[in-house]
Amino acid sequence: MTTGQASAAELAGVGEITVNGAGGQEVLHVTREHYLEVAGALREAGFEMCADLCAVDYLRHLERPLPEAVRAERFEVVVNLVSLEHRQRVRLRVQVPESDPVVPTLFNLYPGTENMEREAFDLFGLCFEGHPDPTRILMPDEWEGHPLRKDYAVGRVPVQFKQAPGPR
Amino acid sequence: MNGEELRAETSAGLQELLERDETDPVALAIEEGSPLRLREGPVLAPGDIDVEFGEDETMIINMGPQHPSTHGVLRIMMELEGETVLRSKPIIGYLHTGMEKTGEELTYVQGATNVTRMDYLSPLHNELVFSLATEALLGIEIPPRATWIRMLMTELNRVSSHVLWTATNGMDLASTSMMIYGFRDREMILSFFEKATGLRMNHNYIRPGGVAADLPDGWEDDVMAIVETIPGRVDEYDELLTGQPIFKHRTEGVGVISPELAIAMSATGPILRASGVAWDLRRALPYLAYDEVDFDVIVGTVGDTFDRYAVRLNEIRESCKIVRQCVEKMPPGDYRAQNKKVTPPPRARIDESMEALIHHFKIFTSGFEVPAGEVYTAIESPRGELGCYLVSDGSNKPYRMHIRAPSFVNLQSLPPLLRGGLIADAVAVISSVDPVMGEVDR
Repeated sequence: MTTGQASAAELAGVGEITVNGAGGQEVLHVTREHYLEVAGALREAGFEMCADLCAVDYLRHLERPLPEAVRAERFEVVVNLVSLEHRQRVRLRVQVPESDPVVPTLFNLYPGTENMEREAFDLFGLCFEGHPDPTRILMPDEWEGHPLRKDYAVGRVPVQFKQAPGPR
Repeated sequence: MNGEELRAETSAGLQELLERDETDPVALAIEEGSPLRLREGPVLAPGDIDVEFGEDETMIINMGPQHPSTHGVLRIMMELEGETVLRSKPIIGYLHTGMEKTGEELTYVQGATNVTRMDYLSPLHNELVFSLATEALLGIEIPPRATWIRMLMTELNRVSSHVLWTATNGMDLASTSMMIYGFRDREMILSFFEKATGLRMNHNYIRPGGVAADLPDGWEDDVMAIVETIPGRVDEYDELLTGQPIFKHRTEGVGVISPELAIAMSATGPILRASGVAWDLRRALPYLAYDEVDFDVIVGTVGDTFDRYAVRLNEIRESCKIVRQCVEKMPPGDYRAQNKKVTPPPRARIDESMEALIHHFKIFTSGFEVPAGEVYTAIESPRGELGCYLVSDGSNKPYRMHIRAPSFVNLQSLPPLLRGGLIADAVAVISSVDPVMGEVDR
């Protein structure tokens, strides 16, 4: 965003908590209740493409820098929206509690989030309410657990080979 | 909620293309390539619709994951009526190796080695986006020469990636001589990469703080030889394919996507530009020094397979233009930031300075610490917007590293592109989307 340009929050007329991240990137902290509303307002304001949607598991980094009004939760869904017209980006961060890992889907506003939400479900176990096809995408259907969670340890999956020689 | 309950609740069923009456109506619309339809109002259950063809007249078949035209391990399930594709669904994950999880276990110094293996046809772009994200979190400036070296190398990489695409696309459309030519010309660039970085692919050349080494002696001659040869070769491709009746029949009007749908499906890169949207991150949100070079953003008009071919072919020419300007404008100076904590000291300093030895040891064993924060950087890779979302907790390893892979997102455009076409056209369409499975599955 160049100086003198209206911020995404001003363009969309949403009063969410705005912070500027590293490199002056605009970040909006939204609650789950206002998530769809804010995304809809941003879409109306010209942010017509959802570039990216991903999740983060903050299990081991709960004391991360956040504005005071935002209550830190274990999961976060991060959405990157782009405005082709204003040549501008905005990032939404939604706190998702561990006890209720459900977020409304953005599919109806941005159909392009279909794969990305499936990926976030697959790797983090977040449910996207209303998603038309909430299946795993990268891991096999019968896989147990969600690998990118911080309590899913690397290198602890027992791998057994049928042809392995010797007693087991 | 414990893991067991969550699993029970989220056990989601098959990823595969199911029978019509078992599919969610909206998912059916996606598979039929019309995700923007039926947004409001009541939706009919598929069972209630009196379809003209009976269930036994259509056939669900697999294409891949072992099909040569899928460029790796992409599997597409298609419902066919005769030879016409009614709906389709890409199924991925066969190459998933958990590189994002691996990235959390590697230091920032090692990270570039990991990401470079994602999109193996444009490794330098992966390294670049990771390095830019790390530098944004560190808040360090890199010297101008490093910036221009990065531009030079990534543009050459774009040329090699597009040339390889032209080659494999020719092969998919039964023009095997195109394949031979493409691989021959790509080798020119790869041998320059080998000279400059030590490796033909997976270079680990662009690193946080700059690049690994200065360009080799006589690099201007090598690069000028490339940019003087490639445009002539592109003219040859043009002659070989563009006007050829078989190629035209197989590509023109096949796999059309409208700009609205392309934007809605978050498609970027040549797919979006071929549909007529002039969106190129090098121009729209310039990074490196792209605002100082002169080049054109290539757009198509129809958004069909032919346009995607034409966009890529002309982007090779534009990239050659940028490379020429990089050679002319290459500033003198250092090729990496002189920051003791981030970049290793020159080899000669290690012999005379104890401090330099300590820094060298420290950087290559434990790496450097990055201030806590989060950042998203995006660049224009040959396939579209390549993004890196990096979260740091203040340690020497990324807390979370997410790569926004353009091929992964672009694959969503396949059902609209395939809908209504022949199964033989599917080969041309899949090729024109240019998915790199290493990046799709990560």
